[in-house]
Amino acid sequence: MSWTLLSVEIALAALGSVLLMLGLLLPEKGRRVMQPVAVIALLGILILGGGLYTAQYSLFNGNYQIDPFGSFFKLLFVAAGILVILSAGRYLERFEERVNEFYSFMIFALLGMVVMASAGELITLYIGLELMTVSFYILTAYLLQDKLSAEAGLKYLILGALSSAILLFGISLVYAVTGTTVIADMAAQFSMQPVMIAGIILILTGFAFKISLVPFHMWAPDIYQGAPIPVTAFLAVGSKAAAFAAMVRVFVIAFPVSTFDWPLLLAILAAITIVVGNLIALVQTDIKRLLAYSSIAQAGYIIVGLVAYNTYGLKGVLFYAMLYVFSNMGAFAAATIVEVETGSTDIKAFNGLARRSPMVAAIMTVCMLSLAGIPPTAGFVGKFYLFSGAIQADYLWLAFVGLIMSMISVYYYLKVAKAMYIGTNDDVSAIKPGKAVGAALWVCLAGTLLFGLYPGPLSNLAQVAIQIFL
Amino acid sequence: MLSNWPILSITLFAPVLGAILIMLLPRDNTKTIKAVAAVATFISLVLSIWIGLVYDRSLGGIQFIEQIPWVADLGITYALGVDGISIPMLLLTNLIGFSAVYASWKVADRVKEFFSLLLILITGVMGTFLTTDLFIFFMFYEVVVIPIYLLVIMFGSSKRVTKEYAGMKLTIYLLIGSAFLLVALVALFVKSKAILGFPTMDMFTLASADFPIGFQIFEFVLMALGFGTLLSMFPFHAWSPDGYAGAPTAVSMIHAGVLKKIGGYGLIRIGLMILPGGAAYVAPIIAVLALGNVVYAAFICLSQKDLKYIVGYSSVSHMGYVLIGIAALNLISINGAIIMMFAHGVMAALFFAMIGNLYEKSHTRNVDDFGGLAHQMPRLATGFMIAGLASLGLPGMVNFIGEFTIFVGAFGTYKVLTILAVSGIIFTALYILRTLGAVLFGPRRPEWDHLQDLKGVEMVPLLVLGAAILIGGIAPFTLMDLINLGVGDLVAQLGSLQIGGMF
Repeated sequence: MSWTLLSVEIALAALGSVLLMLGLLLPEKGRRVMQPVAVIALLGILILGGGLYTAQYSLFNGNYQIDPFGSFFKLLFVAAGILVILSAGRYLERFEERVNEFYSFMIFALLGMVVMASAGELITLYIGLELMTVSFYILTAYLLQDKLSAEAGLKYLILGALSSAILLFGISLVYAVTGTTVIADMAAQFSMQPVMIAGIILILTGFAFKISLVPFHMWAPDIYQGAPIPVTAFLAVGSKAAAFAAMVRVFVIAFPVSTFDWPLLLAILAAITIVVGNLIALVQTDIKRLLAYSSIAQAGYIIVGLVAYNTYGLKGVLFYAMLYVFSNMGAFAAATIVEVETGSTDIKAFNGLARRSPMVAAIMTVCMLSLAGIPPTAGFVGKFYLFSGAIQADYLWLAFVGLIMSMISVYYYLKVAKAMYIGTNDDVSAIKPGKAVGAALWVCLAGTLLFGLYPGPLSNLAQVAIQIFL
Repeated sequence: MLSNWPILSITLFAPVLGAILIMLLPRDNTKTIKAVAAVATFISLVLSIWIGLVYDRSLGGIQFIEQIPWVADLGITYALGVDGISIPMLLLTNLIGFSAVYASWKVADRVKEFFSLLLILITGVMGTFLTTDLFIFFMFYEVVVIPIYLLVIMFGSSKRVTKEYAGMKLTIYLLIGSAFLLVALVALFVKSKAILGFPTMDMFTLASADFPIGFQIFEFVLMALGFGTLLSMFPFHAWSPDGYAGAPTAVSMIHAGVLKKIGGYGLIRIGLMILPGGAAYVAPIIAVLALGNVVYAAFICLSQKDLKYIVGYSSVSHMGYVLIGIAALNLISINGAIIMMFAHGVMAALFFAMIGNLYEKSHTRNVDDFGGLAHQMPRLATGFMIAGLASLGLPGMVNFIGEFTIFVGAFGTYKVLTILAVSGIIFTALYILRTLGAVLFGPRRPEWDHLQDLKGVEMVPLLVLGAAILIGGIAPFTLMDLINLGVGDLVAQLGSLQIGGMF
C-alpha cells in the first residue's frame, strides 16, 4: 500500500488546517491572499486527483476504496469547491473577519464529501457524512446578524441530526443481519428478513434526507434561502453529489435487486420528487427558493439513473451530477452577483439584468436551460442518458413523468429569463462582476456547453468510473 | 475540387458564425450588425441553391454526406446529408431566412440581441433538415424553441393577448410536444439497440431494423403527438395563431414558414421511414384530424379581424392539406405534401413580411381600419395579392401544384375525406378575397396617405419570396422531380402497406 493513493485526502486535510492557521497568522491586509491560495491549492489537488483517476485499490481491508468511481466524484467535489470559492466574490465581505474560517470549513466539508465517495464501509461513510454535515451546520449559520441564516443553521442541525440518526439506525439493523459493515461483503450475507427490509428502507430514508427527495425535502427550501448564497450553492451541488455517490455504491453493491425490489421504491420517490419539486418551483418568487425547488427536482432526475441500475442509468447519474455542478453553479454565481449588487434575492432583482450585464444574463439563461434539459446544453445529454437507462429497465412511465415535467420546468426557468430580458429596473447602471466571479461564470458556461456539444470525453470518464459495478 | 468541401456544414454554420461575429461587434454599430446578418444568410442561400442544382439526380439518394462519429456509446454521429426531400426544405429555410433579415431591417432597439438570436434560430431550423442522425435532429429542433421565446418577449407585439403570454404559450406547447418526441426517441433508441445489438441514431440504419408492430404503433402515436403539435395539427393548434400574432415579423415568417414544416418533415422522414407499420395503422386518425384543421380553422378565419390572426389560422388550415397528404401514404400524396410545405412556407412568409411592414407604418392590423391601400402602396398590395392568391391555390402559383397533387394522391385512399377537404379551398378563397378586398381595394382613404410604399431593402422579401412562388408555380418540375426522387426511395421502403389496420 502506498500513501500516495490517499494524497487527495491528505492534501485536503492539510489545506484545511493550513488555511485555518494562516487566518490567525496573517495580518488583516494579508488575508486577501486566502482566496487565491485556496483556489490554487484546490487546482493542484484537482490535478492530483486526475492523475490518480484510474488507480484501483482497496485499503484497510476494504474499508476505504480507491477506484475511478470515487475519483470521479472527488474531481467533481473539488471542481465544485473551486467554483464556489471563486463565485463567492464580494459576498465574502459579509463574513467580515471570520472569512478565514469560512475557507477552512469549506475544505473540511469537501474532505467529508471525498471520504463519502470513497468509503467502502458504512461507518467510514458515516464519518465522512458527519464531517461534511457538521461543517455545513456552521456554514449555514455563518451570517451572524441575519435571523434567517441563524434559523436555517438551527433547522439544518436538528433535521440533519435526525436524518443521521435514521441512517445510523438503518446501518445497525443491516449490520445485525449481515454481521458486517463492509459494503462489498454484505451481498454475500444478504438474507431476506423483515428487519433487513427495515434497515434498507431506513438507510434509504437517511440518504433521501440528504438529497432532499420528496417527502423528505421540507428542510431544503428554508435552509437554502437562509444560508449565505455560496454555502447554498455548495450545499446544492456538493453535499447532494456526495450523498449520491455513497448511495449508488451502497445500493448497487450491497443490496441485490433480486431479493428486494428497491428500484421500484426509488422510482416512486423519484416520480413524486420530480412532480412536486417542479410544481412548487412554478410559484416561487425568491431566486434561492426557486433554485432550491429546482434542485429538489434535479435530485429526482438523478435518482432515475439509480432506479434504472444499468450502464446508461449509472452513467447518467455520474454525467448528470457533473454537469449539474457547472450548470447550477453558473446559476448560483449569477444569483450571487445580483444579491451583492441589489441586496435582494427576489426574482424582481433580476429585472433588466440583460441590459445591466448582458454576459451574466446570457450565462444565467444558458445554465438554467441546461437545468431544464434543453439542447445544446449538457442537461439534455444528461437526461438522455438517465431516461435511456430508465426505458431500458422498463420504467417507461417514469420517463414520461420525468420528461414532461422537465418541459414544464422550463416555465419557471424562463420566468427568470423574462425578468432579465424584458423586466424594467430603476437602476440601470452597468454591473461589472469581479475577475474571480467572471472566471467562475465562464468556466460554468464552458462546462455546460462543452458537455452538451461534445459529451464524448465526460461520457468516457463516467464509463470508466462505473466499470466497478458491471 | 469543391466536392471535398464540407458544403453542408458551411451552409449550416454560416449563420452561427455570423451570430458569433455579431456578439463580438460593438453595440452601437447597428449597420455592420445588419450587414453581417445579411451576408451570413446570403451565403447559406446561395449554397443551398447551388446544392439543389448540383445534386446528382441520376444517382438519387443521400448526397453531400459528412459523417464524424460523435458519441460512441449513444451511437451518435455528426451526420449530414441531403436528398430530394430535404433539399426543398433547405431551400425554403434559406429563402425565408434571408428575407427575414431584410424584413427586420427597421429593428432599432437591441439590434445585437435580435440578429444573433435570429441567426441561431435559422441554423437550428436548417440543422433539422440537413442531418441524418436522429439525435442531432432532435437537438437542432429544440435549439430553436428558446431563441423564439426570447425574440417574442423582447421584440413581439400583440393586441389580443400579451406578448409574454403568447411567447410562453408557444414555448410550452412546443416543449410538451417535444417531451413526447423525446420519449419516442429514447424508446426507439433502446429498442433498436436490443434488436440490432449496437447503439445507433442513424435514421437509415434505424429504418432497416424490424420493429414489432405494437411498438411501431406506440412510437408513431407519440411522434404524431409531438410533430403534430409542431405542425399545429387539430386539436393541438392553439399556440399557433397567438404565437404568430405576438411574434415579431421575422419570427412569424420563420415560424409559419419553416418551423412548422419540421413537423411534417419529421413525420415523413422519421415517422414514415422508420415506423411504416405504425404509420399505416395511425394514418386514418391523422387524416380525420387533418379535416379538423382544414375546415375548422378555415371557419375561424372567416370571423377574424386581425390580419396576423387570419394568416395564423389560415396556416393551421393549410397544414391540414399537408397532413392528409402524409396520411394517404402514397407517392403522389407525399410528393404533394412536401411541395405544399414548400409552397405554404414561402406564401406565409411573404404574407407575414407584408403584414409586418404595414403594421410598422400604420400601427394597426385590424382589417376594418384599412381600405384602398392599393392607391398609396401599390408594391405592398402586389405582395399581398401574390401571397393571397397563392394561399387560395390559384393556378400559376406553387401552392396550386401542392394542393392539386395532394388531392389527386389522397383521393384514392380517402374518398369522402378528400372531397370534404377540397371544400376548404372554397372557404380559403372566401376569407382571403374578402380580406384582400377590404384592405387593398375600394376608395382611397385619406388617413393612410402618409404611408410610404415599399422601397429599397423592404423590397427584398417581396422579390425573393414572390419569385419563389411564381417560379415554383410556372415551372414546378424543377422541384417536383427532385421531391419525387426522394419520396420514391421512401415509398420503396414503405412497400405495399395496408392502410388503416385499425378499421
